[in-house]
Amino acid sequence: MYRSLTDAVRDAEAQGTTLAEVALAAECADSGRPVGDIRASLARALAVMRGAVARGLEGDLRSASGLVGGDAAKLVTGPPGPLAGTPFRDVLARALAVQEVNAAMGVIVAAPTAGGAGVLPAVLTGLADARGIGEEALVSALATAGLIGAVVADRASLSGAEGGCQAETGAAAGMAAGAAVEMLGGTPRQAFHAVALAQQGTLGLVCDPLGGLVELPCVFRNATGAAIALAAVEMALAGVEFAIPADEVIDTMGEIGRAMDVRYRETAGGGLAATPTGRRLARERLVQIKRAD
Amino acid sequence: MVSLLDIIGPVMVGPSSSHTAGACRLGLLARGLVGGTPERARLELHGSFARTGEGHGTDKALVGGLMGFRPDDDRLRTALEIAEREGLDYRFEKTTLGEEADVHPNTVRLTVERGDRRSVMTGSSLGAGRVLVTEIDGYPVEVTGNYHTIVLVAEDVKGSIAAIATILSAFALNIATLKVTRRQRGGDAFMVWETDESPDERARDALRALPWVRWAFRLDKVGA
Repeated sequence: MYRSLTDAVRDAEAQGTTLAEVALAAECADSGRPVGDIRASLARALAVMRGAVARGLEGDLRSASGLVGGDAAKLVTGPPGPLAGTPFRDVLARALAVQEVNAAMGVIVAAPTAGGAGVLPAVLTGLADARGIGEEALVSALATAGLIGAVVADRASLSGAEGGCQAETGAAAGMAAGAAVEMLGGTPRQAFHAVALAQQGTLGLVCDPLGGLVELPCVFRNATGAAIALAAVEMALAGVEFAIPADEVIDTMGEIGRAMDVRYRETAGGGLAATPTGRRLARERLVQIKRAD
Repeated sequence: MVSLLDIIGPVMVGPSSSHTAGACRLGLLARGLVGGTPERARLELHGSFARTGEGHGTDKALVGGLMGFRPDDDRLRTALEIAEREGLDYRFEKTTLGEEADVHPNTVRLTVERGDRRSVMTGSSLGAGRVLVTEIDGYPVEVTGNYHTIVLVAEDVKGSIAAIATILSAFALNIATLKVTRRQRGGDAFMVWETDESPDERARDALRALPWVRWAFRLDKVGA
C-alpha cells in the first residue's frame, strides 16, 4: 500500500485514473487477491454501514450507560434549522445514527476505528443518496478512503490512545473528504487537497471520553467530524488548495499526538471527562451499569 | 504493511475495537484450548478491562467468544443471558496481574474447564481488535490469532519437531511460524504452530496419536 498520498496522486495522474483504482491495484499487488474480490469485501462493508445508518435513525437505541441515543432521530423529526432539507443535515443525522448504534453494541464497520465509525458512512452515503450515485461508485469511494486511512496509519496513527481524537474522527474526516471529492467527480489532486483541508481542521483534537466509554463526546465528535469533512469537500471541489501537502498535515497530526499528554489520550483523565459534570455523570452512570448487571 | 481492508473494517459489534472486538477474540482463543464451549470459566480482568470493561461490553464479548461468537455476531449483546441459559458457569473478578509497566492495560486471565480439561490463558487486547496471548498453562507464548494455530505439549523427545512437521505437511498445512518453549532441558516442550490453512480435526487427532504428545488443540484464526 502507498505510504504517501503525493505518490498515489502522481501515479493516478500519470495513468489518467483515480485514487480508488491505484489503491485497488496496490492492494491487489500486496495481498494477491483479485480486485473483484477486494471490491466484494468493500461492498459487504458498505452494506453493514447502510444497515447501521438505518438502524440508528430508528431512534430507539440507548447506550450501556444511557448517556447517548435518540439524537440522530431528532435531526429527522425535530424542528428545522437553517440547513434543513440539505444533505448537510442528513449527513449529521447519519453520523450520529451510526455512532449511536456503536454505543448500543450494534454492528458497525470500524472504519478506521469503532469510535470514528460514523463519519465515513454518513458523508459517503449521505452525499451519494442526495446525488443519486450508485453502489459501485460508493465501493470505489471506500477504496479511496482506505488508501487515505492506510497512509495515516503508516505516517501517524489511527488510535485515540496514541494520538487523541484527531487520529480517530480527524482521520475519518480526512478519509471521508478525499473519498467524497473523488466520488463527486473531483480529480485526484482535488481529493488530495480535501484530505489536507479536513485534517488541518482537526489537528490537536483530544480524546476525552466520559468514564473512558465510547459514548460522550464520541457520538457528537462523529457529527462534527462529518461537518468538517463536508466543509473540506465543498472547498476542494471549488478549487481551493491547501498550501501544506496532505502528507505533511498527516505527519503533523502524528507529531501532535506523540506530544499529547496522556490525559488527552482516551484515559478519561482530562478534557470533558475531567469536568465536574463529566466526572459526576461517569460516576453515576457507571454505578448504574453495575446495578443493571 | 497496511491493508485497505484493515482500514475499512472489521465489521464488529460496538462500541470499542479493543474492549469489545479484541475481548471477543481472546474468548474465542480460550475456547479453543478446551476444544469447545467451556462448562466453567473464571475471568480475571486487569487494568482498563477491569475499570471500564462493563461499559464497553467487555464482559459480554469475552463470554460470547467463549461460546464461539465472533466479533460481528450481534448475539454478543445478550451473551451473558445466553450463557446462563446454556449452562456456561462464568465468574468475573477484578484483579491486578502485575505491575502497571509490565502488564498491558487491557489484559484478562481466563481459567476455562470442559470435561476433564482445564486451561489457564492470559491475553491482552492491543488495540484495533488485535490481540496477543502471552501465557498458556504457565508457559510464556506469543499467539496472535492471525493464523490458524495448533498448541500442544510434548515430552522432550528427539525428532519431535520433524515428526510434527511431517504430519502437518501430509495434511497440506503450510507452516507460517513455530515457537517452542520448555521450562527445563528434558522437561515438557510447549509448541505453538501457526499455519496458513485451517487444520481439520483429523490433523489434530493425528498429532494426539503421537505417543509423546500429551495434548494438542487447534485455535481458530480470529484475526481479520
